[in-house]
Amino acid sequence: MWRYALKRVMIAFFTVTTILLVLFLLLELMPGTPFNDEKLTTQQKAVIMETYGLNKPVLFRFTNYVRLMAKGDFGISYTMEKNRPIADMVGPRLGVSLAIGFQAVLLGTLIGIILGVIASLKHNSWMDSLASVIAVCGVSIPSYVFALALAFLLGYKARLFPILYDPSGSVMSSIMPTISLSMFTIATVSRFLRSEMLDVLGSDYILLAKAKGVDEGRLILRHGLRNALIPVITVLGPLVVSLMTGSLVVEKIFAIPGLGSLFVTAIQVNDYNVVVAVAFIYSVMFIAVMLVVDILYGIIDPRIRLAKGGER
Amino acid sequence: MMDVAFRKDDFEFAARAKDEYDSLDVSHESFWKDVAVRFMKNKGAVLGACIIAFIVALAVFAPMFSGRTYKTVVIEHASLPPRVPLVEKLGFMNGTVEGVDRYAEAEAKGVHYPFGTDTLGRDLWTRCWVGTRISLYIALLAMLIDIVIGMSFGMVSGFLGGKVDLAMQRFLEILNGIPNLVIVTLLVLVLRPGIMSITIALFIKGWIGMSQVVRAQVLKLKEQEYVLASRTLGTSTVNLLRREVLPNVLGQVIIMSMFSIPNAIFTESFLAFIGLGLQAPMASLGVLINDGFKSFLVYPHMVAIPTAVLAALMLSFNIMADGLRDAFDPKMKEM
Repeated sequence: MWRYALKRVMIAFFTVTTILLVLFLLLELMPGTPFNDEKLTTQQKAVIMETYGLNKPVLFRFTNYVRLMAKGDFGISYTMEKNRPIADMVGPRLGVSLAIGFQAVLLGTLIGIILGVIASLKHNSWMDSLASVIAVCGVSIPSYVFALALAFLLGYKARLFPILYDPSGSVMSSIMPTISLSMFTIATVSRFLRSEMLDVLGSDYILLAKAKGVDEGRLILRHGLRNALIPVITVLGPLVVSLMTGSLVVEKIFAIPGLGSLFVTAIQVNDYNVVVAVAFIYSVMFIAVMLVVDILYGIIDPRIRLAKGGER
Repeated sequence: MMDVAFRKDDFEFAARAKDEYDSLDVSHESFWKDVAVRFMKNKGAVLGACIIAFIVALAVFAPMFSGRTYKTVVIEHASLPPRVPLVEKLGFMNGTVEGVDRYAEAEAKGVHYPFGTDTLGRDLWTRCWVGTRISLYIALLAMLIDIVIGMSFGMVSGFLGGKVDLAMQRFLEILNGIPNLVIVTLLVLVLRPGIMSITIALFIKGWIGMSQVVRAQVLKLKEQEYVLASRTLGTSTVNLLRREVLPNVLGQVIIMSMFSIPNAIFTESFLAFIGLGLQAPMASLGVLINDGFKSFLVYPHMVAIPTAVLAALMLSFNIMADGLRDAFDPKMKEM
C-alpha cells in the first residue's frame, strides 16, 4: 500500500513540476524584458538584472520560481489591478468559487444518488428511462445552456431568483448557479450508480439477506447502496474538471466574483501573472483530487494497486 | 413395452419452417453486419444519426443557398426576430415581438430571416450554419486525433510492454495530470485566441482516454494463442499489430472516438463563450451564444437558436455513441 501511495505521490509531484517548468519556460521564452525603457543604459540594465536576480543561471531562477509559487507568492498583477499582489486577489475569490462548487457537488451527488437508486430499483420501467434521459442530457448539454435557460425562465420570466449573484452571500442568488453546475454531477453519479446498483442487487449476498428477511429499506440502503457507492469515487476526477470549466461560464453568466471570472478577465486583458497563478491553482487542485482518488481507490480495491504497470 | 411410432408431423420447428432453417446460412453473417443490424434496431441511436446527418446537410448547404454571407452587416435590419416563410402564416416565427411587427418597423416587409438577425444586422441563419461547420470540423479533428495518435500510442505501449510501456505510461500520467483548461489557456496566451489554439490543445491531450482503452485491450489480446501462433510463424511486429491486433480493437476505437466528439465540440463552444475561441466576425456556435448572451434578456432568439443547435448536436453524438457501443458489444449494455 505504501509503495503504491508513494508512487502516486511521486507522479503527482512530477506533474506539478512539469507544469511549473512549462509556466516558467513560457515566461522565459516570451519576447521582451520587463525593462524596456530606452533611457536605460546597458550598465543600468545590468544593475537592475542583478537586483532582481535575472542574471543568475536558469536552474537557479527556476528553483527560485518554484519556491515562490509553493509559498503562494504569485507576484503582482500588471494590468487588472496594478501592482496588487495576486495572492490578495485570488484568496477571497477562491472562497466564493469553492463554496458554489461545494454546494453543486452536494446537491448533484444527492439527486444523483436518488435518481440512480430509483432507476436501478425500477429497472426497465418508465422511471428508469426518465432517469437515463436526464443522465444523457446532463452529460451532453453544457452547463452554461442550463445556466442560460434557468436565468431566462426562472430569473427573468418567473422572477423567482435574482439573475445576478449577490456577493454579500445571500443563499437565494446562489441557487441558480448551483443547479446549473450540478447537472453534470447528477448525470454522472446517477448513471454510474445505476449500473453499480444493478450489479450489487443481483449478487448472492443480497439474495441471502433477502432470504433472511432483512426489510426492504435496510436491504437497499445498508447492503446495496453502501457497496454500490464505493466505485462512484472514480467519477470525482471528471467531476472536478467539469466544475472547473463549468465555473468559468456559470460565473460569467451570473456575474459571480469567483476564481473562474478572474481567470477569464485575466486572459482577456493579458494579465500574464494572474493567468499563470490561476492556472497553477487549478492544476494543483486537479492533481490533488486525482491523487486522493487514486489512493482511496487503492485502499478500497487492492487489485488496482497490485496491477502491474499502474494500469487503471 | 408399447411400441411408439413417430409420425412425421409430431414435431414442429418452433419459430421458422424447416426448409427455412436448412437454407439459413449464418457462416457469412459478418461481425460488421451484426453490428449494423443491432445499431439499426436502436431507435434512439438511429434518430441521433439522422439528426446529425440533417445538421451536417444544413451546415454544408444552408450557407450556400441563403444568399447572404455570415459577415455582411445590414445595420437597418439589426436585432430582427426570426421570420420563416410559410410558417409565419401559422402565427409564430412571423417577425413580431409582443404584437409589434419588427420587420415593418425596420422597413423590411418582404424580407425573411429564418433565425432573425443579430445586433449588427447579420443574418443568423447563415451565421448559425457557418458556425456549425466549425463544430463539425472540431468533431472530425477530434476523431482523427483519437484514432491516429491515441490508437497508435496505446497499441505500441501495450504491445511492446516492458520499459517502453513504463516510460510511455509515466509520460501519459504526467500529461493527464495537467488540466485541459490550463493547456488551452496557456496556448491562447501564447498563440492568441482562435481555431489554431484549440486544434493544438486537442493534439496535446485529446487522445489520452483512447490510448488507455486501446492499451488495456492490447494487453489482453497479445496473450492470446492466435497472436502467439502468428508470431511463431514469423510475422513481424508491425504486421502482428496491423493484421492480428488492430481488427480486434477497432470496435472499441470507433466507440471511444465517437464519445470524444461531444467533448471536443463542447470545448470549442465553451472557449468561444468565455471569449477565447474564434473572434468576430468569424462565427462558431460558441461565438454566437456569446454574442447572444450579451442581450439575451431582450432578444432571446439570438442565444436560444445556436444553443439549441449545439445541444442537439452534442446530444445526438452522445446517443449515437451509446447506440454504437451497444451494437458493438451487447454484453456491455447493462453498463
